[in-house]
Amino acid sequence: MSMHGTLESGRLELPPEVMGQLMPMFLWLDRHGGIRCLGPTMAKVIGEDVIGTRFETHFKLGRAWSRREVGAGEVGATQGRRLHLSLLRHPDISLRGRAVEIGPNGREGVLLNLTFGIHIADAVRIFGLTEADFAPSDLAIELLYLREAKAAVLGELKALTGRLEEARRSAMSQALTDPLTGLANRRAFDLALDKAIAGLAHGGGAFALAHLDLDHFKAVNDTLGHAAGDHVLGCAAQILREETRGGDVVARVGGDEFVLLLRGALQSERLKALGARIIARLEAPIAVEGAVCRISGSIGIAVSSDYESHDAEAMLADADAALYESKRNGRGRCMLVRDLRPDAEVSQAG
Amino acid sequence: MHGLVNKSIQSFLRDNYGQALWVRVSQQIGVDPEGFEAMLHYDDALTEELLGAATRALDRPRGVLLEDIGAYLASIEELRRLLRFGGGDYWEFLFSLDELQGRSLMALPDLDLPDLALEVEGGGQFRLFVFGPMPGWGAVMTGLLRAMADDYGALVLIEQDGGGESYERVSVTLLEAAFNEGRGFDLAQPLGAA
Repeated sequence: MSMHGTLESGRLELPPEVMGQLMPMFLWLDRHGGIRCLGPTMAKVIGEDVIGTRFETHFKLGRAWSRREVGAGEVGATQGRRLHLSLLRHPDISLRGRAVEIGPNGREGVLLNLTFGIHIADAVRIFGLTEADFAPSDLAIELLYLREAKAAVLGELKALTGRLEEARRSAMSQALTDPLTGLANRRAFDLALDKAIAGLAHGGGAFALAHLDLDHFKAVNDTLGHAAGDHVLGCAAQILREETRGGDVVARVGGDEFVLLLRGALQSERLKALGARIIARLEAPIAVEGAVCRISGSIGIAVSSDYESHDAEAMLADADAALYESKRNGRGRCMLVRDLRPDAEVSQAG
Repeated sequence: MHGLVNKSIQSFLRDNYGQALWVRVSQQIGVDPEGFEAMLHYDDALTEELLGAATRALDRPRGVLLEDIGAYLASIEELRRLLRFGGGDYWEFLFSLDELQGRSLMALPDLDLPDLALEVEGGGQFRLFVFGPMPGWGAVMTGLLRAMADDYGALVLIEQDGGGESYERVSVTLLEAAFNEGRGFDLAQPLGAA
């Protein structure tokens, strides 16, 4: 048989070897659906010894033809339309192509030229295909190339997104955290207070605002140094964290100044008990660098339900005034704004 | 300049000469030691500064450094694989270079790689014209083509061959396309690599 195509009276004749070079995935079926001839890549996919076996033992027709018994006639009937197939042994691998009838009325059968669909990467792996197995006119290699290039680019983008997210979180928490104690900072507290105030207007829960100033802290700093002072602040922060609940906000807003936004039980007795507990724990001796520090705390507390107008400034100012009242009365105590001005609506008095 | 270019130079310096050298170079050009982001863009002048600082730090001529960078690029497995998609042997690979820029644009539409044109002179003799956005791409391609010759197992002579105002030229003499087995290439991506 010649290795070249010949042209006789306007008809092109190509031997199977040449057909295989042009269309490595071609399949020639006889009129009963038996395989007469196939391209080299198709042989890698369905096997070398398939001559004479029937089409439907290897393939399943896709879409509208899927429910019918498949013979060469059915394949031929798709003539001129796109043909969709899947492999019986690998149902996930789809093929597509075109079928044309050979000879008058398809007497010589059907010629199919096929290529892989989007599952080409799986097909390449399963059948061990190389670039030589694809027709140069097939964009299969470009598809594989794009798949890997895309994966590399997405990998870079994903890594970039991860780094940006980490930087964002870190910037956020730096912007809202007091680096020494890990408590909220003034900015975070203002945001939480604004939110709580806004919540009041929409039926949100009442809250208390406690202003706490450490007593005798300056003496620690002056006699033992700043490192000791920092340690004491850390201990105080830990006490405040432990004495408050998850929904509460504890912030360090100055050198030895803290504010607490407290939710939940707001009866005077409860708030006083909390204040007393905090002060008692602050007064416990703190060991630092071989020395023992003794501090205390003064607290002033305002409760939102005592106010008709929801005014953060007024509450803060009143809590501050109550704190100084505590200091003036000998430190180490807790005072409620409502006890200092029992007769009037508090914000009006302030 | 696309961040991928700067990031590649950064990786080259770090992988081949150590983190300490990279930190020194980054400080000289005022870049955070964390370095460049591959998916962002940077001023072209910064790339020149980066190369300048690297040539001083390594005390190597710019052309030699760029050749080494080209060879380094071909050694990165993901890039090596993408280059190997160019063809089954070195001959086909050479002819795929005309399409290299187009292929890179398919993956990254804003990547400003040089335009390449292969001139066939017969007898295994080729000339590659490199039309780069900045001078030096000819040297990079020289290093990259040499490394890919090893990868394909081809016996090839590759030299920088001058250039003109808008292009650089690389001469390629293909002595034997299948000189040894090379590194091998499986069209299927190794599982778990993606």
